[in-house]
Amino acid sequence: MQNRREFVKEMVAGAAVLGTGAQFALGDTKTASAAAEKSKVVIVRDAKVRTPGPSPDEKRVAAMLDHAMQTYFNAQNPVQPWKQLVRPGQVVGLKLNCLGRALSPNVALVAAICERLQQAGIQAGDIIIWDRGTRDLQAAGFKLSNAPGGVRCFASDTAGYEEATVRYGAVATRLSKILTQCDVVINMPVLKSHNLAGVTMAMKNMYGVISNPNAMHGTACNPYIADLNMIPEIRQKVRFVVGDMLTAQYEGGPTYRPEYTWNEDSVMVGEDRVAIDHICAQMVERKRAEKGLGTLEHAGTPWYYIATAADAQHRLGTNDPARIALIEHSIA
Amino acid sequence: MTKTNIGKAVMAVLLTVVLFAGAGCKKNAFPASGAVAGWDKGDKTQTYDAATLWQYIDGGADQYVNAGVVSASTSDYKYQGSLEAVVDIYTMKTAAGAQEVFEAEPPVDSKAAQLGDAGRLYERSVVFRKGKYLVRITAFEAAPGEGDALVALAQGVETRL
Repeated sequence: MQNRREFVKEMVAGAAVLGTGAQFALGDTKTASAAAEKSKVVIVRDAKVRTPGPSPDEKRVAAMLDHAMQTYFNAQNPVQPWKQLVRPGQVVGLKLNCLGRALSPNVALVAAICERLQQAGIQAGDIIIWDRGTRDLQAAGFKLSNAPGGVRCFASDTAGYEEATVRYGAVATRLSKILTQCDVVINMPVLKSHNLAGVTMAMKNMYGVISNPNAMHGTACNPYIADLNMIPEIRQKVRFVVGDMLTAQYEGGPTYRPEYTWNEDSVMVGEDRVAIDHICAQMVERKRAEKGLGTLEHAGTPWYYIATAADAQHRLGTNDPARIALIEHSIA
Repeated sequence: MTKTNIGKAVMAVLLTVVLFAGAGCKKNAFPASGAVAGWDKGDKTQTYDAATLWQYIDGGADQYVNAGVVSASTSDYKYQGSLEAVVDIYTMKTAAGAQEVFEAEPPVDSKAAQLGDAGRLYERSVVFRKGKYLVRITAFEAAPGEGDALVALAQGVETRL
């Protein structure tokens, strides 16, 4: 079996092509049609994803992605969803969250997306895998590359930040030059508790596209997270979320704390960043209760920013369970 | 700039250097390769102060800053050439600061470890406090015998504090 670095090496070369694409029985059409008027969120679990070894199996991870995307887009093949998200000629960024080192987006999941994007007509050189810090990317197992013709992988701390300050509400910041050169960004967060914001998943991951995230940690990151996601370049370019929930963390985040992690063995996809964060906050709360811990609000880290993002001023999505269609599939 | 001002500037720089050096940058607390059986130390030891700690643990720094962190030093380790781990040594202003951070962490699924003033062993990590120091050792994957190996490395750090 290849190790993760070898896998990325092949991915960056653009040579490897995933298998023929798993053909899934997408029989849950009733659920899908009922979801039409709601914010759809799809979670795909594979209880056998860690077989035969303790780490997620690369082919199973890729199959989870395909199943989730095909379910979300009601698509008959694994490439079609990506053709709905991107167009040839666009520069597509995959914004990771590698702050947690071992709790970072799975390399195989990122590789699978790169393959599907290329099959959808995106040139390898128009795909950028990125995060805030070079060291974080490397520590998470990603091979840096800016070579012509291949998938690029580098960080904002080397690409730099735009000179101009952008503002919305309480936020005044400078955007990563990687964000501004992308036409479309796929948001690839991981699910963790957060010592300040309560929970970090989709919206909080945007702290990694700006120059001064440390200036936005007061008052449980509220309204900073919601305001930041209102910045036009973020709101418009960040079109889709592919969340890695193979491993998640219920306490001590965002720093990686293995003692507080659990194997969720799932991938989550959706467009509504607020709905996704709301569902994820509930998942963390449930795990905390299971472990005998109090709520995040009781712990002094309430996730108020999610409600702020849904309010009349922001309207970034919905946190109303009645307006969220959560579709959960198991493929084990 | 006058001679007086130059003198003041030089004194300020020297004072800053002296203060930072004395702030507890415990590079020598990291066991060298082979000092603890099976463990090899990475080349670099990086140190952050309260103002820059967010660059290392963005979002996690406030907890330490609020408890009075002076500096944090970190170095990678590898056990028997495969198991990767990181050792973080936080130097607080006071022992109470180290205790505050230590006790704020829920001891879910942990065992008490005989390290420093208090310690805990988890499945893939160990944390202990000793005086004004808080030490955290985190493994990045599961491995056979990792618990004993982590405790041995922690003991190696403890004796150097």
